[in-house]
Amino acid sequence: MNGRGRWARTYGAPPWHLLVLALCFLVAGYAATRVVEVGIWPGFLVWFVGAVILHDLVLFPLYSAADSAARSATAHTRRRGRTAARRRPRPTGRRPAPINYLRVPTAFSGLLLLVWSPLILRGAEPNYRAAVGLSTIPYLNRWILVTLVLFAASALLYVLRRLAAGRVGR
Amino acid sequence: MQRDREVKPGKKGRLAARLKGWSGPPGPFRPEFWRSPLRGPWLTSVLGLILLVGITLVAITGLVSYAAYEPRLPGNDTTPGRGLLGFYLFDWPTDPVWLYRVTQGAHVVGGLTLVPILLAKLWSVIPKLFSWPPARSVAEAVERASLLLLVGGAVFQFVTGILNIQLFYVFPFSFYPAHFYGAWIFLAAFAVHVVIKLPRVIRTLRTYGLRDYLRLSVADTRPEPPDPDGLVATDPAPPTMSRRGLLAFAGGGSLVMFGLSVGQCVDGPLRRTALLAPHGRHYGTGPNDFQVNKTAASLGVTPDRTGESWRLALVGPHRMEFSREDLLAMPLYTYALPIACVEGWSTVQTWTGVRLADLARLAGTRAGSTGVTARSLQRGGYFGQASLSAAQVADPRSLLALRVNGADLSLDHGYPARVIVPNAPGVHNTKWVRELDFTQERS
Repeated sequence: MNGRGRWARTYGAPPWHLLVLALCFLVAGYAATRVVEVGIWPGFLVWFVGAVILHDLVLFPLYSAADSAARSATAHTRRRGRTAARRRPRPTGRRPAPINYLRVPTAFSGLLLLVWSPLILRGAEPNYRAAVGLSTIPYLNRWILVTLVLFAASALLYVLRRLAAGRVGR
Repeated sequence: MQRDREVKPGKKGRLAARLKGWSGPPGPFRPEFWRSPLRGPWLTSVLGLILLVGITLVAITGLVSYAAYEPRLPGNDTTPGRGLLGFYLFDWPTDPVWLYRVTQGAHVVGGLTLVPILLAKLWSVIPKLFSWPPARSVAEAVERASLLLLVGGAVFQFVTGILNIQLFYVFPFSFYPAHFYGAWIFLAAFAVHVVIKLPRVIRTLRTYGLRDYLRLSVADTRPEPPDPDGLVATDPAPPTMSRRGLLAFAGGGSLVMFGLSVGQCVDGPLRRTALLAPHGRHYGTGPNDFQVNKTAASLGVTPDRTGESWRLALVGPHRMEFSREDLLAMPLYTYALPIACVEGWSTVQTWTGVRLADLARLAGTRAGSTGVTARSLQRGGYFGQASLSAAQVADPRSLLALRVNGADLSLDHGYPARVIVPNAPGVHNTKWVRELDFTQERS
């Protein structure tokens, strides 16, 4: 067995893999010593690890749960809709699935709320007023307005696509 | 402990054998838990390539902004312990005047635009977080440790940046060192991730092509061929969205983020499009009606301190004092210059005032030989003083501004006098100046 084979068997990747990762930990480790030196490391560490937990174990499960709830709800109403239509032969044109017309505006609205929540929910009010000289009051209305526009545009698009699909089917 | 004693040598062997056959904890640790038919190397590669371009742009503009703060000049340094991490610092130029406006606008708006892409990328690889066993080799264990730095660093940088531009200082540290050192931790992991994964990305896109998957509609969407990393679902659900639909979804999110915030980097009616951005607000139509970033009241600057009794002190080989009338009687110059904040917003206004170079000469220094430290009347807060380099002082467009757009500065914009320097970050344009100190020495 040559050295290369032995290395591959014990480590599991070529040597350069370990080399670049060692460089990564060297630079990151050095930056971490700077964080310790400036005396902010406990808060920094909590926020750094918290960032991973926040995304992977809070945000992701929340939005996937919301998405699967919405999916099963729309699938349910579709099925009910179909039986209610007295087994009318389905149009051959592709009818749009309603889920994405709900999913997209909800996600965009949620994204805007996620990013701008300090302004929309007014957590930033004291600092914002001191700095900018204005209040954060308008942001909630702006977000609601944008949300309404997103849902209205999505609903309009859904109706248009459905009509177009119906026409093709006829 | 009780249980340990009960396990006899013979049982230990059986336990190990059972562990070997064990397919891991239930739920997300099982491959069949992940059912999206869209996940796979192709999708992750496309999102990865977009992020590679976007994050490179945001990283470079961020590092440029750090240099623009001229941390080597006295009093400017917010990260004195940076050590080797300031290796690339350079003298910040005064030309082109719009440079900081563009780089910092790109940093902030670019970061906001990347949020949906980052979320989509993290969604595309989330099964790997739960892959079981946690590592099949030493190499995988080491690489996964670096992914903690990558994901933690990315979310940390985005969260601190996004909170900071909204002035929501809930983090238990000063923004500057945390965002700067956090950037280096993230960039180290990011660079290595690119080195390790890029060949794979290129191979994947060469094999499957960029366009072939994009052509498929929802009905034709099938999972990618099984991959060694387990991104592709083993028990896929029927598709509700095509791959191009998913990319349009993420891209649409980016467009929404961009469209509702980019207005704070432009002047004129388009500024009003920044409905969800901290500095897209409309102040009015008067000469002083443009973005304020720290009101006088919040920093203890009251009219009684800026009235008749106010004097500008020049410190240098000669010490002098000037009233506002004295300054207005000196040669005045007018330039249209941007004021561009680290928070990403910017605006061009027309400033009138005395050249800093003229004041440097009056203080007894040789033209172009020294920088200046401007000190403000402000009480508390960051940047109550800011140092400018000799080159910045020597630029004829660098002013101690007294007026803006033909009117006296308002108190919130720095009355009686403020610094305005071409291409300098906003906080270096010190407001309510009480002293200009030309005895600066470079640290």
